[in-house]
Amino acid sequence: MGAPNHNMRTPLARVRGLGSARSGTEHFWRQRMTAVANVPLTIAGIVIVIALLGRNHAAAAQILGSPLIAIIMLLFIFSVATHMRIGMQVVIEDYVHEEKMKFALVMLNTFYAIAIGLASAFAILKLSFGV
Amino acid sequence: MAEFALPKNSKVTVGKKWPMPAKVKGDKGTRDYLVYRFDPDTGENPRMDTYTVDLDDCGPMVLDALIWIKNKVDPSLTFRRSCREGVCGSCAMNVDGGNTLACTKDMKDISATVKVYPLPHQPVVKDLVPDLTNFYAQHASIQPWLKTTSPTPEKEWQQSHEERQKLDGLYECILCACCSTACPSYWWNSDRFLGPAVLLQAYRWIIDSRDEATGERLDNLEDPFRLYRCHTIMNCANTCPKHLNPAKAIAEIKKKMVERQV
Repeated sequence: MGAPNHNMRTPLARVRGLGSARSGTEHFWRQRMTAVANVPLTIAGIVIVIALLGRNHAAAAQILGSPLIAIIMLLFIFSVATHMRIGMQVVIEDYVHEEKMKFALVMLNTFYAIAIGLASAFAILKLSFGV
Repeated sequence: MAEFALPKNSKVTVGKKWPMPAKVKGDKGTRDYLVYRFDPDTGENPRMDTYTVDLDDCGPMVLDALIWIKNKVDPSLTFRRSCREGVCGSCAMNVDGGNTLACTKDMKDISATVKVYPLPHQPVVKDLVPDLTNFYAQHASIQPWLKTTSPTPEKEWQQSHEERQKLDGLYECILCACCSTACPSYWWNSDRFLGPAVLLQAYRWIIDSRDEATGERLDNLEDPFRLYRCHTIMNCANTCPKHLNPAKAIAEIKKKMVERQV
């Protein structure tokens, strides 16, 4: 902590910095909402995965491709990916203080969450529509 | 990156053992004190000095022992103190692993050697005296005074009993900085995160029924760092020597933020 010695701004100017970002509540609220959604969705997701155990490819594809299961899995993927992205961004902001590195990691984290989410959703949709 | 190890010039070394003056008659025995010493003038790393305190010649509190050491053993030992009854917040320090006020911490509650450090993760001015410039500037930044635009009434600004009760658990804060310096989020991001003490003070004005700047105050806090670095770790509430709950105050601010959006 603390500013280097060559910083001659007043303590108040340093604390005020660039001012309030007037944001953060959206992230906070979305994190809580997805947390609540994750409770039933994760349980459903686990139950579905357990139901798939020991089945052959055709049977698994049929279960995952049925409308209700597919919708639950899509919701599960969307909610978890959103939650994961926000959670990881908070960790990065907490611990990475070098600005360029922080921007790069926040960006990578976003790309990762979107890519993983989209790939998983694509797999479910492919099974559903059988293309 | 966050600092997980002490910088080279802050690594603590073993200091000297000070001899105890002649024992006063009595049966209370002695107590060893391990105290953090740092002198900016020598350029040396901080060290831990050992003192043996004569309990028959000294009051019951940790602050009594520190004053006894300063008077009887080592006049160079430096620490802040004033009211010696938990009202001023000057003698906030890390005693026996927790931030507290030395004046209200009873030696009896500590089982072995009493370890005394300055408040964690702040620049040290000397020995047990931390530099709280940033902390005080943060307090100033939330404008901790009544802000109104209505014409000032002839007498006082009125407040109902119920409205006044909302300040209980908040107005008692003495700004000793025990909570903020116990907060990991504050350790890593004290340049941008306001910390529990300042956020509790901010809430004290947000919830004050007489204040007319509530929205403006919330605007100033609505920031991923200023407010949302709090991850409800609860060290603040655990360590507060006045038994207040800054984490709850912060949660209430977050609730207000959501309330004005949803």
